[in-house]
Amino acid sequence: MSRVAAQMASVSSLDSEPKLALVEFLLTSMDIQESARRAVDWVVAHAPVEQAVVLVVEALSNEMLLVAEHGVSSAAIMDFALSRDDGKHPLVQALSSPEPVFISTLPPHLRAPIEARAFHAIPLRADTRETAQGLLLASTASPQIDPDTLWLARTLGKQVSRLLSRQLLAETRFGQERMLLYSIINAVTDPILLTDTEGKLIIANSHAEKLFAAPEESSEGWRRAVALNNMLFSAALSTSAVTMSELARRELLLVDPLEGSDLLFELLSSRAKDERQGTFVVSILRNVTDLARAKEEIEESYRTLRVAQAEVRDERHRLDLIIDSVADPILVTDQEGDIVLMNTPAERLFSPSPATEMEAALRRVRANGANLTSFVSNVLTRSGEQRYRGEIQLADPVTGRPLPVEALAGTILSEQGELMWVVTILHDLTEAIEKGKLYEQLKHASEQLERKVQEATAELAEQNELLRRQHIELEQASALKSQFLANMSHEFRTPLNAILGYTHMLLNNVTGQVTEPQRKSLTRIDSNSRHLLALINDILDITRIEAGRMPLNVTSFAVGDLIAEVMAELEPIIRRSNLAVTSKAKGPLPKLRSDRQKVKQIVLNLLSNALKFTPAGSVTIQAAFERRAKQMSISVRDTGVGIAKEDQAKVFEDFRQLDSSPTRGYGGTGLGLSICRRLSQMLGGTIDLTSTQGEGSTFTLRLPARPRRR
Amino acid sequence: MKSRRDQPLVLVVEDYQDAREMYAAYLQFSGYEVAEATNGIEAIEKAQRLMPDIILMDLALPRMDGWEATRRLKSDERTRKIPVVALTGHALAGHAEGARQAGCDAFVTKPCLPDALVAEIRRLLDRQPTGADGRASRGTRKRS
Repeated sequence: MSRVAAQMASVSSLDSEPKLALVEFLLTSMDIQESARRAVDWVVAHAPVEQAVVLVVEALSNEMLLVAEHGVSSAAIMDFALSRDDGKHPLVQALSSPEPVFISTLPPHLRAPIEARAFHAIPLRADTRETAQGLLLASTASPQIDPDTLWLARTLGKQVSRLLSRQLLAETRFGQERMLLYSIINAVTDPILLTDTEGKLIIANSHAEKLFAAPEESSEGWRRAVALNNMLFSAALSTSAVTMSELARRELLLVDPLEGSDLLFELLSSRAKDERQGTFVVSILRNVTDLARAKEEIEESYRTLRVAQAEVRDERHRLDLIIDSVADPILVTDQEGDIVLMNTPAERLFSPSPATEMEAALRRVRANGANLTSFVSNVLTRSGEQRYRGEIQLADPVTGRPLPVEALAGTILSEQGELMWVVTILHDLTEAIEKGKLYEQLKHASEQLERKVQEATAELAEQNELLRRQHIELEQASALKSQFLANMSHEFRTPLNAILGYTHMLLNNVTGQVTEPQRKSLTRIDSNSRHLLALINDILDITRIEAGRMPLNVTSFAVGDLIAEVMAELEPIIRRSNLAVTSKAKGPLPKLRSDRQKVKQIVLNLLSNALKFTPAGSVTIQAAFERRAKQMSISVRDTGVGIAKEDQAKVFEDFRQLDSSPTRGYGGTGLGLSICRRLSQMLGGTIDLTSTQGEGSTFTLRLPARPRRR
Repeated sequence: MKSRRDQPLVLVVEDYQDAREMYAAYLQFSGYEVAEATNGIEAIEKAQRLMPDIILMDLALPRMDGWEATRRLKSDERTRKIPVVALTGHALAGHAEGARQAGCDAFVTKPCLPDALVAEIRRLLDRQPTGADGRASRGTRKRS
């Protein structure tokens, strides 16, 4: 342990490079032969030496053996051995010599492993006190020894001494055991110390050295730390009674000299008594720094675990509360189908309770369980599906009321994908089924209602059809009536035609001259027949208008021309009447678009009426265009008898005439104005009357300038 | 019957006996020769046989009506040129049009006084270059 330092110290005095190199080599070499060879080579190279030999004493045989040579023939050194017991041999004598021995000539019977005549035999030893352990033989030309040779011998001597002592230690059995023990102690990771009772260090393993010994070159801090540690250790030893038998155990806080951090050790000390060397204390220091830290960590983990457990408990409690608060039964089953968890509503159905003491109730609970199990087993066989929906028929355990439920199951898988649990939620379907029934009833009622509505609709349609048919029948009847009237008027005419014809022939003397009284009678027949014909014609006109069989033939024409035409047609009557009949137009008249024939019929009728009922005075026809109303007005004003207020409305009624007797001077059927009003309505117009009895009447026909679309 | 007559021959077709005989009497009184028929078939037969100068045709006839008889007469080469005066009691619009389509040359509505009828016959015969005879003329009155 201190040898290295000593050698380093000697090297520091070296003055040349080769020497330094050699010393360095020797320091690292652990082999005598190798060291010797390097030394021989060196001395031949750096000193005035031609031949060099190294001999070393072997301890067991006590012989000097050749370990290295240079410049010597193999014959000279072959099988060389020299016993140390051969006291007369100059080389053996040289071993005991404190100084190098100069040998100029060896006696012939003595053998030396060098061929030079003169050589120096330099003892190899660590220092002058010791017996030399070998010799360096170096050829020389003079008895004076070379200083480098001497230096080499000294250096090699130390080396040989070092290596031999080490070899010796290793080679002896005791030495081996000691080395083993030392190795073991060093191998132990805990620092081990052997101290005397005062705490003075005797042996320490390398781990202990780190704590309690500071190298010479170590820092100030290191040294202080080591000093502190020694102090603490000694104190620990002295403060506790270290008995012989017990293993004292206590904690010791030391300082890590390298890191400066605290190290906690458990110190185990026991006394060992050696009869020769007295009492020792063996101390083992176990580093518990990490242990203490680990313990703290474990305690921390434990605390965390406790907190976590408490949280889990709370969570579980909350979850229980939540699950219990759900009105629907919730169950968790394991992979075997056994219930592992359920809420209160589920317990009511699946768990025997005081309420289910009755035999029947217990049976229902079992039946419910069986139904659930069969559902869950369905879920279990359907692996892969996350959700499963089904319906289960359960029964209320207490009342026995059937309880149809909808079951919704979800599977919970482990991280490895294995099915762990099945969570099933049951939902009471009773209400839904009730609602479904109600819905069905409602639907049924609705269908009935719809059917009734359909029936009513069908009936209505039937009645409509009936009405439609009746309408058609009525129309047909009406048409038949019109046809009948038309036919009838024809049938009337045929005999009337004969009456008129024969009367006419008689009056024309076709059958001979008639007397005056006869002529008077024939004239009465003729006029009454004509009146009858006029009646028939008027009735036919009314029938045609009412039957819609009087078509309109609309053209454009001048009203003035039409009035002139009417006046020309009635010219004979006008002439006979001695009335002042005039016509005038008020302003320029546009052409009228209407049915000319029907307008003419109306005007003709109005004018002939005026002539008929005006005994004296005048009749004036006036045409005017009322621009604002876009209508044409044709008025016929007379100075005749006039019509009383109360009769004015009646004149347009059928068969209304003050005197219907044709021979009383007025004639006419009494249907004229009625037809006029009907015709004017057909043309979209009106006929108005203003009259004062005794003064005259004014009939005004108003027609739209253009027929209105109907 | 001789083919050339001194007076024009009028074929009066009318099923109503009083009217037929009345017209016949007045036509004879007015100077015409008159033949009579009571239905369409007889009218065609007599028209073909007698070749009258003019035919007075009532439209409403038994067996064959006046329209059909007129159509046949007008489609027959022999009788095509004989003027036909339709005579009807129906003053409805369709009758006049139907008669014109059937080929009637004139249309008279009943009641028709004998002199008005004669005037119409004379008018038609005067249009004809042949067969017209001035002897039959007599003053007529207008219908009022």
